[in-house]
Amino acid sequence: MDVNKNSYIFGFSAILVIVVAAVLSFAAESLKPMQAENVRIEKMQNILTSVGIEATPSDAGELFDKYIIDQKLLSNKGLVVEQEGLSPFDIDAVKQYKDKNLTEDERYYPLFTFENEEGKKYIVPMAGKGLWGPIWGYVAFAEDMNTIVGSTFDHKTETPGLGAEIKEDFFTEKFIGKTIFEGSEFVSVEIVKGGQPWDSPHKVDGISGGTITSVGVGEMMERTLKVYVPFFKSTSKASL
Amino acid sequence: MSETAEVKVKEPLFSKKNKKLLTDPLNDDNPITIQVLGICSALAITVQVKQAFVMSVSVLAVMIFSNLIVSLMRNLIPSRVRIIVQLVIVAALVILVDQVLKAFVYDVSKQLSVFVGLIITNCIIMGRLEAFALANKPFPSILDAIGNAAGYGWILIVVAVFREFFGSGKLWGIQLIPQSFYEFGYFNNGLMILPPMALITVGIIIWVQRSRNTKLIESN
Repeated sequence: MDVNKNSYIFGFSAILVIVVAAVLSFAAESLKPMQAENVRIEKMQNILTSVGIEATPSDAGELFDKYIIDQKLLSNKGLVVEQEGLSPFDIDAVKQYKDKNLTEDERYYPLFTFENEEGKKYIVPMAGKGLWGPIWGYVAFAEDMNTIVGSTFDHKTETPGLGAEIKEDFFTEKFIGKTIFEGSEFVSVEIVKGGQPWDSPHKVDGISGGTITSVGVGEMMERTLKVYVPFFKSTSKASL
Repeated sequence: MSETAEVKVKEPLFSKKNKKLLTDPLNDDNPITIQVLGICSALAITVQVKQAFVMSVSVLAVMIFSNLIVSLMRNLIPSRVRIIVQLVIVAALVILVDQVLKAFVYDVSKQLSVFVGLIITNCIIMGRLEAFALANKPFPSILDAIGNAAGYGWILIVVAVFREFFGSGKLWGIQLIPQSFYEFGYFNNGLMILPPMALITVGIIIWVQRSRNTKLIESN
């Protein structure tokens, strides 16, 4: 058989492509439920990590139900809204951030309330962009809705060892104790380069070699938290 | 007559020639230092030992299967479209690996995310398919895949050991340089974690290798 005949090449390519497509779509479809479940569990783990609770994939669901006592949905004006058929947990912050077709009014901002013996904490999900792709995270606030008590960040494709370090403890721990209000003015938390006074309550030391990702984290916090300001001001017992 | 035919068919599984396929790429025919393939990923993912290791294992898996498949199909692939056929096979394998990892070992798949894409473009895989699997039987092709992936892997890990140790004072994520050193004024070398140092480290390995093994030095 002459394998270099045009008709053979067309036939061969067609069969190869169909076989590959069939194998891949079968694999993708049959593995989808497991992957979706993994993503859901991971989200619960992330939310719990931001308030300092380490959950394993097997007990994440149980711990989540135990500690997260309330889930709210905020509009882009920072007002609590009820939306039929839309659960705060199902809001995908990254997808919403990336969807350019959504108008500001169509964006919703979830707020999770955590409670244990020590009191309540408020968890804000957020999404933004790093150097190569999306980054996202959860920042937890104390009852005064001003002081950060924990955070967790993650990324899709940041450079390992550089930008990807935003998910490491040494970075997230630097946020603990920082505040987002100066008096009653919202200032967020800025990520700065070395040599600056990051003992300031609104500044955090960035990652060397991961500047763009670090700046992305700062931008993401500023942009997202701004939406929550009216809610924080109206709800917090401290005077903001 | 029948005896010679017998000998031809029954080459021992690990004949001298087959062993060479495994051992040559480790040193004298190393894909990175001698063939200068796969340099791109050697720069990108050698900041930490763990990532370099996971990458090496993934490349090993993809190489074995792609070499095997291409070798099995070697008489069916039209030479005019062979490159794109190889590409389709490698890409399909990589996506398959990625999907399976995402479903069963989600943690590992998250660490791999960025590297999985890099495997498709890894020159070593296409290079070996072109240079070996297209012209050889399946078993030698598998040996060739293992040899080259191992040759790639050990360079990656050596570079990563240097970069992680001097760049962040750790190995496999564990702090090795004690805090007291830092208090005495020791600093991690920030340059080590930037890509140029990977190239310089690979250069030093090439230098050491060639000065020990003079037959590798090209004459002008």
